[in-house]
Amino acid sequence: MTKLQKNVWKASIAIALALSVCPVSNAMHIMEGFLPPALCIAWGVVCLPFLVKGLINLKKIFAENRRAVTLVAMAGAYVFVLSALKIPSVTGSCSHMTGTGFSAILFGPSVTSILGIIVLVFQAILLAHGGLTTLGANTFSMAIAGPLLTYGIFGLCKKLKVNKNVSIFLAAALGDLFTYCVTSVQLAIAYPSANGGVAASALEFLGVFAPTQLPLAVIEGILTVLIMMAMESYARPELKAIGYGR
Amino acid sequence: MKNHGKTVIILLLIVLALILVPLFTLKDAEFGGSDDAGSQKIEEIQGEYEPWFTPVFEAALGGEIPGEIESLLFCVQTGIGVGIIAFIMGRLVERKKHEKESDSDC
Repeated sequence: MTKLQKNVWKASIAIALALSVCPVSNAMHIMEGFLPPALCIAWGVVCLPFLVKGLINLKKIFAENRRAVTLVAMAGAYVFVLSALKIPSVTGSCSHMTGTGFSAILFGPSVTSILGIIVLVFQAILLAHGGLTTLGANTFSMAIAGPLLTYGIFGLCKKLKVNKNVSIFLAAALGDLFTYCVTSVQLAIAYPSANGGVAASALEFLGVFAPTQLPLAVIEGILTVLIMMAMESYARPELKAIGYGR
Repeated sequence: MKNHGKTVIILLLIVLALILVPLFTLKDAEFGGSDDAGSQKIEEIQGEYEPWFTPVFEAALGGEIPGEIESLLFCVQTGIGVGIIAFIMGRLVERKKHEKESDSDC
């Protein structure tokens, strides 16, 4: 990192810490206009340090490690595909996957936040899905909180020497699920229930999202295992270049 | 390298089953988006809620995006992603093939 980059990153952390009124919490795509303006800004600010760090890391990858660019493109495309597929679930409603697990396992949460926000902006502007005002909250849940958990679980499994495919599955599936838990909490903060407050309301939202998302999380886990298998068969030099699997 | 063929096929079948089983067992379900379920929940908790901002696309259209157009746009998103993945995978697979050939030459 250059000095300037370091300073920008530090500044963004400082701004985030200074401005974030609400503690770190989390949540599915929240619809346009469904969060009060103050919360929209707060979530956006919480995302800032991750996005800045992500940009710096991406720039570094592009400058130093041309081989890894292929993997970045692959990870981005994977998010694009998975978050566009609406899949029927056991509850009789549809939801979609996040697709961020693959990128989080390869590059960690900061780079994933950039790939995620690209998809979210695309969907917010062109598909009226999610929204520009709720971009911060959605970025936090789908592109930061979920990947952060994925990254953590994958690292933990590696330490515990769990079978690689099992750990990829667990990391991606739980990260997907966690994204929606965060969304529930984000919605609950905006809409605390009259008798029971934020916690009761979070449970209500979880009741809507979690059962729908559970099978999808399993699907996302399996698909992520499959794409990692493909990468390990055909893209060994690239994986080595980013230090994966050492 | 191990042959992953069987594992891949089994895993894909599981994925297919997970998607198709709800579709065929829940014949009366609407399969609406869970975002909509979310907004309904908000109304339950909070009473009538008027979103304070409408999506820019819908504002420009002056209404909701027609269903067919929406699915078109989602297809475009999928298409972009699949295109990139297929392109890269094609290159990687070919590269591996060439590596093998040049290995056997030596």
